[in-house]
Amino acid sequence: MSKSKFSWGNLYLIFTFLLMYAPIVFLIVYSFSTGDSMTNYHGFTFKHYQELLADKRMIAIFLNTILIALLSSVFATIIGAAGAIGISNQKRQKNKEILLSFNNILIVSPDVIMGASFLIFFTALKLPLGFWSVLLSHIAFEIPIVVLMLLPHLNELSDSLLTAAKDLGSSSYQTFSKIVLPFIQPGLIAGFFMAITYSLDDFAVTFFVTGNGFSTLSVEIYSRARQGISLEINALAGIMFIFSLILVIIYYFIENNHSQSNKKVKARLRGKL
Amino acid sequence: MKRLTIIISTILIICLGLAYGSKSLQKSSSNQNGKVLNIYNWGSYIDPNLITKFEKETGYHVNLETFDSNESMYTKVKQGGTNYDLVVPSEYMVAKMRQDHLLVKLDKRQLNLKNYGKAYLNKSFDPHNQYSVPYFWGTLGIVYNDQLIKGTTINSWHQLWNPKYKDQIMLVDSARDIMGLSLISLHQSVNTTNRHQLDLAKDKLDQLSPNVKAIVADEIKMYMADGEAPLAVDWSGEASEMMDQNPHLHYVLPKEGSNMWFDNWAIPKTAKHYKAIYTFLNFMSQPKNAVQNTEYVGYSTPNQAAYQLLPDKIKHDKQFYPSQATLKKLQVYKNLSATKVQEYNDLYLEFKMHR
Amino acid sequence: MKKEFKFLYFAPYLLWLLLFVIAPVALIFYYSFFNVNHQFTLNNYITFFTSGTYLTMTANSVWFAFLITAMTLLISYPMAYFITKLKYRNLWILLVILPTWINLLLKAYAFIGLFSHNGLVNQIFNFFGIPAQQLLFTNTSFILVAAYIQIPFMVLPIYNSLLEINPSLVQASKDLGATSWQTFKKIIIPLSIPGIKSGVQIVFIPSLSLFMLSRLIGGNKIITLGTAVEEHFLTTMNWGMGSTIGVVLIISMFIVTILTHTSKKRRVAK
Repeated sequence: MSKSKFSWGNLYLIFTFLLMYAPIVFLIVYSFSTGDSMTNYHGFTFKHYQELLADKRMIAIFLNTILIALLSSVFATIIGAAGAIGISNQKRQKNKEILLSFNNILIVSPDVIMGASFLIFFTALKLPLGFWSVLLSHIAFEIPIVVLMLLPHLNELSDSLLTAAKDLGSSSYQTFSKIVLPFIQPGLIAGFFMAITYSLDDFAVTFFVTGNGFSTLSVEIYSRARQGISLEINALAGIMFIFSLILVIIYYFIENNHSQSNKKVKARLRGKL
Repeated sequence: MKRLTIIISTILIICLGLAYGSKSLQKSSSNQNGKVLNIYNWGSYIDPNLITKFEKETGYHVNLETFDSNESMYTKVKQGGTNYDLVVPSEYMVAKMRQDHLLVKLDKRQLNLKNYGKAYLNKSFDPHNQYSVPYFWGTLGIVYNDQLIKGTTINSWHQLWNPKYKDQIMLVDSARDIMGLSLISLHQSVNTTNRHQLDLAKDKLDQLSPNVKAIVADEIKMYMADGEAPLAVDWSGEASEMMDQNPHLHYVLPKEGSNMWFDNWAIPKTAKHYKAIYTFLNFMSQPKNAVQNTEYVGYSTPNQAAYQLLPDKIKHDKQFYPSQATLKKLQVYKNLSATKVQEYNDLYLEFKMHR
Repeated sequence: MKKEFKFLYFAPYLLWLLLFVIAPVALIFYYSFFNVNHQFTLNNYITFFTSGTYLTMTANSVWFAFLITAMTLLISYPMAYFITKLKYRNLWILLVILPTWINLLLKAYAFIGLFSHNGLVNQIFNFFGIPAQQLLFTNTSFILVAAYIQIPFMVLPIYNSLLEINPSLVQASKDLGATSWQTFKKIIIPLSIPGIKSGVQIVFIPSLSLFMLSRLIGGNKIITLGTAVEEHFLTTMNWGMGSTIGVVLIISMFIVTILTHTSKKRRVAK
């Protein structure tokens, strides 16, 4: 790699990262403006943050959004992990393929179709729309993602390792908790964070299945953005940014920490065999 | 395994905290003793100070939720699993909901209707007001910005088709209103079921599409007030809100006539708090409250006593309280059959796709 | 005993398959045969395939989704490639992921402010002597905003596949005298195809349902299948037609997956 090329690459990266963060910075800068539109910056103030903190409805919606994201991701990770193990345990290749293609249906269907079909489903069951319908839908569309993130890890887990463990007298529960689980843990964490990402990013599915006053941030912002510019929404963007930053830092540490402990597990296993 | 269990339980504990937090936030804004009233209304269609006043006077707590079209309100009520005590359908939707048995009959003994003008009671969509109480009425018209449109007076639907307004008109996203304006410009009834006339109206709309900047709803207010577009087709009350924010905006009822509509309070089947409902309806009909609400919302009031209290400037504004001669040219939507409504919707969709 | 355990842990997943995959698909299929008066009919399908409206709409949707995907790929591939060259690449890739945790509606909202008549972009234009442009409610702005939102989802899979490339292959190519461009073209791009493929899939499919963007940024002048489904379900109450569009989309997705799947198999067989 020649030196000049290197700097071109960096220049490109600087440019794209600037573009990627420009709209977010733009939102946050205006959240501190004393004016009430996003066209002229007037002067520094915390006013909009105070308004936001006084807006109980918005705070409740903010908490609900995070609640839905965390709760649905936990359930999706557990069910998805069981599903992935179940799929990789299938002896016949044919069964594996069938299960996988069913698993992938939700991944390849557009969000609106998912939302519409869940709406029909909940209506048919006469399940009231609100917190539970949103939670169930989020769990539903996160499961296949978790499964896909876990399968490569499970495939890496060689059969010989498992038979060896059995030969050494481990029960199936022991094999599971001492070998399988530590081995797929990075996949579990990645799947969990992916599920959170999809949940926080979702608008279309929630838009279809919500009701009875229950709302998530996307749906609320959609209706507020149409009413007009309100710098309270900018303040919300500021808070969301800090919240995401914290999540990223947590993830970075778990990941770093983990890749080390994972090396230890692998080393221990190798020592045992 | 142990670590995983710890992580999972930590997350679940956080979730519990979040759930508790959001519950208590909702509770602190609501009343413990169950004296509540759940209203499902159009967006920014009631003065929030009036709600506070009602809550203070009566001790009820009002939960206000909003919708942005008759159809989406209908869908939510019909889908079930909602808990609304009062909804605000327009006239054709009152007829439709009545027909589909989604409304509860009003108890006239608990209700005071004497403040409402005769012209607004006993309409064909709800004879003898068995199911609905008038709330506001209004028209569909053209809003223009006199800084951006110079040298011409806007007074006719036909002017929208003028090629010099390329990419300058914002339309309200509503199938019947847009099909309706095309029908009116062709001197037809807005309730026509004649396929040929509908096709002609759609062809005429197709010719309008080069001039269309956007087909949206609530957004029009912000964009017109900011001078993003010089022309818009919108409802009278929306126009009055924009005009409050930007003095260069004007609302006109085109000379060919237009649509006139009536929004009404109605009690959906899901209602539970009847005492609160009637207290609220009577509270809203008091002239002092109705006039405050009218000045806030900007639509025209059917409450005769409140009308008398309005400032002269509003009272004599011919665009919002038109003369008898103009009123004669205004048409009211009728509830069409599902198949016909679908025909309107399909043609409207085709128009939106035309480019 | 062991069998039971096996079934028990697998049961929630199977239940999910049944309730949230098979049942909704079956229901949407069922609804597609009913008209607004709840009578059985094949008319929805006939309308879809003969009226022209829906066929044009399908063509439009695919075209816009294609443009959005192509644009995203063009921006993202070099990004992913250059990030793999960086020292703290794990940190940088997290900076790519970070914007996805800020709600996409917030980002769309930012663009309303940026693109409006006297917004920041037009102010910059004015500064350079360019007259103010109509930016909101244009096809270009819709595609730009959609691509902007999707970039991280394209960068990630490409980045992962680039990381998996064995560095010794690149070294070998250089040792054999290939220029860096040749190495890039002959080794790196072909080996990152799986990443490109999954990136394209992750971006293309959601691009069919960006009805909120086509409304907020496109002013409802671009009507895609997603917009139509949303309208049929939530405003016009024509669930039958909405479901028909859904069925057509599901079936076409299915066909596309089968096609890509068999081509993969064939390649393996070779």
